[in-house]
Amino acid sequence: MSPVVTLKDPSREAHIFTMRTLLSMLLVVMLLGLLLARYFSLQITEYEIYRTESDRNRVQLQPLPPKRGLIYDRNGVLLADNRPSYLLSIVRERVPDLEATLAELETLLPVSENDLEKFHQRLQRRRPYEAVPLRFRLTEEERAKLAVNRYRLPGVVVDAQLLRHYPQGELFSHALGYVGRISEQELWEVDETNYRGTHHIGKIGVEKFYEDILHGQVGYQNVETNAHGRVLRVLERSDPMPGADIYLHLDSRLQQAALDALGEQRGAVVAIDTRTGGILALVSKPGFDINLFVNGISSKDYSALRDSPDLPLFNRAIQGQYPPGSTVKPIVGLAGLELGVVTAQSTIADPGWYSLPGDRHRYRDWTLKFGRGHGAAVDLHSAIEESCDVYFYDLAHKLEIDRIHDFLSPFGLGDRTGVDTTHERRGVLPSTRWKRDARAEPWYPGETLSVGIGQGYMVTTPVQLAVATSVIATRGERRIPRMLRAVDGQPQPTPDLEPVQADPANWDVVHAAMRDVVHGEKGSARAQSKDIQYTMAGKTGTAQVIGIAQGERYNADEIDERHRDHGLFIAFAPYENPTVALAVVAENGGGGSSVAAPIARQILDAYFSLFAPEVLGLVEEP
Amino acid sequence: MGDYVRQMPDAGAFTRRPSVWQRVHIDLPLLVLLMLLTAYGLFILYSASGQEMGAVVRQGRYFLVAYLVMLVAAQFNPTTYRRWAPLGYLVGVAALLGVMFFGVGAKGAQRWLSLGGFRFQPSEIMKLMVPLTVAWYLADRSLPPAFRYVLVALAILALPAVLILLQPDLGTALLISSSGLFVLFLAGIGWRYIIGAVVLAIASAWPAWMFVLKDYQKQRILTLLNPESDKLGAGWNIIQSKTAIGSGGWPGKGWLNGTQSQLDFLPESHTDFIIAVLAEEFGLRGVLVLLGLYLLILLRGFWIGLRAQTTFGRLAAGSLTLTFFVYIFVNMGMVAGLLPVVGVPLPLVSAGGTSVVTLMLGFGVLMAVGTEKRTVANS
Repeated sequence: MSPVVTLKDPSREAHIFTMRTLLSMLLVVMLLGLLLARYFSLQITEYEIYRTESDRNRVQLQPLPPKRGLIYDRNGVLLADNRPSYLLSIVRERVPDLEATLAELETLLPVSENDLEKFHQRLQRRRPYEAVPLRFRLTEEERAKLAVNRYRLPGVVVDAQLLRHYPQGELFSHALGYVGRISEQELWEVDETNYRGTHHIGKIGVEKFYEDILHGQVGYQNVETNAHGRVLRVLERSDPMPGADIYLHLDSRLQQAALDALGEQRGAVVAIDTRTGGILALVSKPGFDINLFVNGISSKDYSALRDSPDLPLFNRAIQGQYPPGSTVKPIVGLAGLELGVVTAQSTIADPGWYSLPGDRHRYRDWTLKFGRGHGAAVDLHSAIEESCDVYFYDLAHKLEIDRIHDFLSPFGLGDRTGVDTTHERRGVLPSTRWKRDARAEPWYPGETLSVGIGQGYMVTTPVQLAVATSVIATRGERRIPRMLRAVDGQPQPTPDLEPVQADPANWDVVHAAMRDVVHGEKGSARAQSKDIQYTMAGKTGTAQVIGIAQGERYNADEIDERHRDHGLFIAFAPYENPTVALAVVAENGGGGSSVAAPIARQILDAYFSLFAPEVLGLVEEP
Repeated sequence: MGDYVRQMPDAGAFTRRPSVWQRVHIDLPLLVLLMLLTAYGLFILYSASGQEMGAVVRQGRYFLVAYLVMLVAAQFNPTTYRRWAPLGYLVGVAALLGVMFFGVGAKGAQRWLSLGGFRFQPSEIMKLMVPLTVAWYLADRSLPPAFRYVLVALAILALPAVLILLQPDLGTALLISSSGLFVLFLAGIGWRYIIGAVVLAIASAWPAWMFVLKDYQKQRILTLLNPESDKLGAGWNIIQSKTAIGSGGWPGKGWLNGTQSQLDFLPESHTDFIIAVLAEEFGLRGVLVLLGLYLLILLRGFWIGLRAQTTFGRLAAGSLTLTFFVYIFVNMGMVAGLLPVVGVPLPLVSAGGTSVVTLMLGFGVLMAVGTEKRTVANS
């Protein structure tokens, strides 16, 4: 370029400008063409991709959780229902300052330490756009306050949901079980698709056992949502199938009567309808309010329940393993008769103790502390009526352990009864094989004697005792005990098992002896025959909790309450045509006759007033 | 001399009286095109703002003011702009310095100057002042400009560009630099400078990445290259806008029926991303109509430049037209995922007051150039 100042040349400048402008125009048209090509490629070439993407954006498949089936007792009394409940949730993503929002909320409604703790736990597991519950069961007033302040609380949402509620509270705690918030692990075990949108699942008991029936089938809806996830329109909907309502054999009035009869006594009661195997009452005391568990129990409440020495969370009726004590004597006696070891007429002499041949150890009779035995000629009838230990030591010795095991086993002892609830324990019905497997030790003859009176290694659950009693009452009919009576009005049969075969005469002997336990002159529970308007058969049992050394005496007043004997009583009634079998365990209650038998009597009185008032003369027989 | 000769065939300039439009300094084709464009824009805005009439009325008021500003601006003789451009430029630079020290802003950017309760964005006025000042500077030189004049011209455009870049406002800095560069280009700057500049730009990409660009700006470029890398964060906008555009197809989903925009998936739907609403609801057809309107406006702008009487007028008209094009290209390119996201509105369609007024002021100047009396003495 020339350093000399050039003169302006308008014509050349105009030419340059025109050329540059034309070049610009060309460039502009080309670039606009590029833009057009880009929009063409997005809108025409890749149209399908973006169309799908846009639909996926706005349309969401939402699960519609089914309504959980209700639970009724045999008379249609509601035991578990669903109540609308409002909960306060927070969508993390939409909250500008979480701490400030929580602080603000605390000024509006009570938020406990526990609520916050659980909230923060949940918050870590959820995605930022999911609603994380903070408070459940909002009151009308709390909801109103939140509604008024809504504009100040972005990201705070109030949702309605149906929540399990147990109107009877503590009465059915162990009979029903409860639902609770579903856990990660439980989601693994169920069909996850069906549980989309379900927050609760049966955790224990009937609620867990019949989860499949109660839960129902999830429904779906296709909804159009905006970018914030708000539902604007339902495009398509398939309704959920609600869970079926179930009716249990339980009778809430009998359940209440059993609970009342136990009073302050720790223990368990199981009552079975001998004709159907249906469980009429199942009580474990103490219980707890099952409603506490529905939305996650607070750690304070939970530790109180867990650490209570009374073990309220422990379902004694199906998990409590107690030595059956003398309650096994009728069955051991029947074994003696059936296997021809004894006859109804054969007797033994009872000095108050028994020794094995060639052994100086004295196995004591419970009467020894009074310095006497049951007399010089004790037959099976009086051995059952008066609960003579020496007779059964002798009988057990003659039967030997494996024959006892094999005979008692069909009565349901020492194995799960298969009752339709969860967490049932097996108990132990010992045998030589069992001892070899469980303890890797041989069986000693002395141990057979303990089993003959329901002690030693033998432990049974109250529900097993009730089942065994039902087998006795029905002369051998065996059924799996059932809680479930009907589903949506359809009766559910109780499964029958192969019956126990025994000579009717032998049944007669055992039945008569059990009748005389209550109604006989020397019956161990003869106090219960007072003012009785029906005939019942029973058997007392006293289970030792601690061993008593040779030559020592058991004195209830001197030992710790928790080491006192368990009192047991089994019963069936009416004697002539049994309809109900009952097992009562009074934990550390002392004696079977003094504590457990009166409880059984009280429950049976209630049973007849409810089920057969004519037996009590309350109504005219038709 | 050349001008004289060129205008000889146009004998009407001597014989025919100037038309009514010429006398009121209105370029009728440009006005009609602008009115069609703004009407189309308002139509889309109603949908994009969530069918809120208030937003449309507000934007309509801005347009009213902007048209008035344009018509007033069109009345001045181009010479007046040439004369006052440097002063406006200096005032603008002073205001930009003011922004640096006393400015107010939001989201980490200082862009406004508050004058007695009135907020004002000096960078906007510079969009006009920079090309006019560069045009003023070069119009007096012999063209193509000598190297030293090119340097001065570059300095003129670089000073405000850097000040704006510091605010930081990459989009506006880019627009202002390019408007100045367009003047240089139209003035016939040698190809070696242009090629040299392109080479320099490519070479400086790495140092710019390392030392000049801020993290969020780098993020935008990375997001452009791979929007899926941050689906819910920075990539969200671009994914949603592409989805909106693509799902519109050829016919579009229909006015007010765009799911992406009506259901709030599309961010900034009434401002920078409004083209996505148009593309979704009116389809490629609607995009073609818009591009057609823009093309006609651009051609008219170039036509005015080609027919301008003076060098200043040509340079001003040409560069303003090209700047208008940059708006279109950058905005439509970024929304469609061709360019990184920078804050450039779709001209005369996106909601907003300041940019509309500035743009129309530019068209006012364009009209002033276009309706300048054709006299022989003018050269």
